[in-house]
Amino acid sequence: MATQAKQPLTENPEAVVVRFAGDSGDGMQLTGGQFTLSTALAGNDLATFPDFPAEIRAPQGTLFGVSAFQINFGSREINTAGDAPDVLVAMNPAALKVNLASLKPGGLIIADTGEFSKRNLDKAKYGTNPLEDGSLAKWDVLAFDISALTIEAVKPFGLGNKDALRCKNMWTLGLALWMFDRDRGPLQEWLRQKFRTKPDIADANIAALDAGHAYGETAELSGPLRQVHVDPVASDPGLYRTITGAEAVSLGLVAGAQLAELPMFFGGYPITPASAILHHLARLKEFGVTTFQAEDEIAAICAAIGASYAGSLGVTSSSGPGIALKGEAMGLAIMTELPLVIVNSQRGGPSTGLPTKTEQSDLYQAVYGRNGDAPMPVIACRSPGDAFEVAIEACRIAVEYMTPVMLLTDGYIANAAEPWKVPDPANYTPFPAKFLTEKNGPANDDGEATLLPYKRDEKGARPWIKPGTPDLMHRIGGIEKDALTGNISYDPANHQHMTDLRKGKIDNIAVPDQEVCLGETSGKLAVVGWGSTYGPIHQAVGRARRKGLDVSHIHVRHISPMPANLGDLLRGFDKVLVPEMNTGQFKTVLRDQFLVDAQPLTKTSGQPFTIAELEAAIEGALA
Amino acid sequence: MNAPVKIETTLKDWETDQEVRWCPGCGDYAILKAVQRTLPQLGANPANTCFISGIGCSSRFPYYMETYGFHTIHGRAPAFATGAKLANPDLDIWLVTGDGDGLSIGGNHLMHVLRRNVNMQIMLFNNEIYGLTKGQYSPTSREGTKSPSTPLGSYDHPARPAAFALGAGARFVGRGFDVSKNLPEVLKAAHAHQGAAFIEIFQNCIVYNKDVFDDFAAPKGAEDRQLWLENGKPMLFAKETKGLTLDRDALCLKVVDVVDGDWEAAGVIVHDVTNRSIAHMLVEMPFGPFPMALGVLYDDPRPTFETAAIEERARASEGKDTNLAKLLAKGQTWTVSGTAQDPV
Ligand code: SF4
Repeated sequence: MATQAKQPLTENPEAVVVRFAGDSGDGMQLTGGQFTLSTALAGNDLATFPDFPAEIRAPQGTLFGVSAFQINFGSREINTAGDAPDVLVAMNPAALKVNLASLKPGGLIIADTGEFSKRNLDKAKYGTNPLEDGSLAKWDVLAFDISALTIEAVKPFGLGNKDALRCKNMWTLGLALWMFDRDRGPLQEWLRQKFRTKPDIADANIAALDAGHAYGETAELSGPLRQVHVDPVASDPGLYRTITGAEAVSLGLVAGAQLAELPMFFGGYPITPASAILHHLARLKEFGVTTFQAEDEIAAICAAIGASYAGSLGVTSSSGPGIALKGEAMGLAIMTELPLVIVNSQRGGPSTGLPTKTEQSDLYQAVYGRNGDAPMPVIACRSPGDAFEVAIEACRIAVEYMTPVMLLTDGYIANAAEPWKVPDPANYTPFPAKFLTEKNGPANDDGEATLLPYKRDEKGARPWIKPGTPDLMHRIGGIEKDALTGNISYDPANHQHMTDLRKGKIDNIAVPDQEVCLGETSGKLAVVGWGSTYGPIHQAVGRARRKGLDVSHIHVRHISPMPANLGDLLRGFDKVLVPEMNTGQFKTVLRDQFLVDAQPLTKTSGQPFTIAELEAAIEGALA
Repeated sequence: MNAPVKIETTLKDWETDQEVRWCPGCGDYAILKAVQRTLPQLGANPANTCFISGIGCSSRFPYYMETYGFHTIHGRAPAFATGAKLANPDLDIWLVTGDGDGLSIGGNHLMHVLRRNVNMQIMLFNNEIYGLTKGQYSPTSREGTKSPSTPLGSYDHPARPAAFALGAGARFVGRGFDVSKNLPEVLKAAHAHQGAAFIEIFQNCIVYNKDVFDDFAAPKGAEDRQLWLENGKPMLFAKETKGLTLDRDALCLKVVDVVDGDWEAAGVIVHDVTNRSIAHMLVEMPFGPFPMALGVLYDDPRPTFETAAIEERARASEGKDTNLAKLLAKGQTWTVSGTAQDPV
């Protein structure tokens, strides 16, 4: 028998981690998404982690074709998708094999025996059937023929075998809903909506769902299957929904454009995982959004700059490789001082790297990755909900300072969902764009007013002049220009002056002071993060503090320029630990900015940090 | 889009105070003057006119036009122009590019702006050389071109700009050369065309590729070597002693002699600017055995990209709620009041 202590679920746990895993064709992402919605409606806090292969239709039953969806939900604050699942739903041998290692000892495996054929076992490289050979002894196993039960349940609808088996995921979901005592109503309604043109399919799916649910009820008294209740979390009163990072960025951009009182132009090119933003915005035309799928990444940003030049808020979005292609155009936006928002949904790199996995390795690229002295603000969001705020902030900086702004998000944030308290747009201060309508320079010798396209305001921003405005014709471009007239200038002193002005403008952007998100403003150890490491760091620091350790969590949104107080804040700690999903890029930037002894903790496996990893690192740093 | 109001201007109104920095004798000067002469004739409004260019000698053009101007990055001007046009369809956009800018580094963008049919005039100054970078051979250089990067002569086959444009789906293809007196007429026709209008302008780079177009552009004997096309008129040249006919067996054009001005008897065909098949033959016609086809080779408008975008936005917005608060609260929501959760 297993020697490791089993940790089975109690009847009323604080938090539960469930992982749905199956073949790419099994509809696991959809299952996970619907389970997430029901979890949210049940009032739990939650975080999700969709983990899918890069292949669109990987061969059935293979190890590399496994698609998984993990959700962590609870009656307390949840910031990560959870280190180790309590429940693993494995729709085939490959799904079991790929996901077993992370399952908690004593965790529950729900497996579909109908898929554990010799052929599928071979494909998953199992010599013997793990459901029968005793190798799963340290877990609870609930194995039964979900395939057959599904076919039986949908029989009345006369579906072919293939279509009938497609309802397997709903059967499984029905069982999961029973297990966590959830209302099936919203899901039945959703199925009716989704298949409104195919009522047969809707009915079959609902029948499968109900059958899975009924199975839980009748099977309860025998075996390891029990109902589990997770109480609602105590959250701020208000209206909630679930949101993914890609949705939140899109909505934040729409809100940002409205606050700037500008139409938005979005130039994009298909790339994983950034495309979701293009897809969301393409459906929001009524909000003054024009989306343009360009011929390539370069054209996408150039068209966005062209639109900004003509008076829209230009936005472009991509992932690392696409961002690399946009570099030269960013330089032009910096040189011509036009507003632009560039969203980078980071993925594993370099080159094509790991398109569907997450990483934070484009930080150098964002901060330093352009030719010439090309300063550009960089801000990063830390969670799906935070992406909304950060997108608005990116629009504000772009418009108020006449500059391109890089917004860093990543594959994890883009796809992960969390409950989101729906914000009231009225609570955001508008930052309406101002266009120059009259000549702004002194009178010339003939007593006529002159135009100075590069005359700066108190923020260091030049005026935004829309083509089409009478009498303000002027020329801009990438060649160095005179500090006032904007005419071509090769004058050495002017180039020095313009380089200083461009840098000074970005350095002086008003950035709120850095706050400590958990802990004190000084002490033994500060764990400093940025981006999507927020969840695991926050949880790990919280646990360490509960153990009495002197550790605080600082999470930086404004990467460039950094908050003015950040250097002093870091110097108040004996040690600074910087966990990040790269080889230590933010650590280097912090050292460069503040000469502090920031120590790296790095991970580039394509998977987010686990809380346990970070807890161990904190304990190690304080040992 | 609003119908543009005609404005009265003179050539002087289109000149900037900037010193023109092309080499003395460069063909670009003549093109600049031709454009500055044409715009007043069009009743164009400088405030509504925007010149957008890439990088290269030709792309300095916007600095010399008293209009809005955007000197962008190498090869990408079509993308900037597309964004600007979508953001403000009322802008009258002239794109300036060259053979290197438009067909080498920017070939992709040129193809897409043409196939999308974004309403603008695209002037490609073809001098068959890289001027600004000091004389390397370009994608339109003829085979055997000796240059700093091809000291023994180039061996790649040149691209043909007009054929490229038509192949990419252009609905207007015009041709002229820097000092030709008919250039303004071609520019006017391009401007009148709704959609992407492509004009190849042969331009003499006096420093690095001097007189390379003299074989057809030199004034002496020009009429024998230039075929100026006019819609509805027979394709005649060499003082109407020669013309083009269609070899109906070989399906290609053929030069025929015209005796006593009886071009009909000689089978000379009448130029129809909407005939795409003939346009393909005209842009493929090798100079030497044939004259250089100039003027408006093809002109057959169809709906423009920005019009389609505007229409789609209007359709997609019809009857839709534009309340941001409602958008944020879309989908399945629930309210938290104290401790209990109620689905909405
Ligand atoms: S290098 Fe050639 S194309 Fe360029 S300005 Fe001089 S003559 Fe004109």
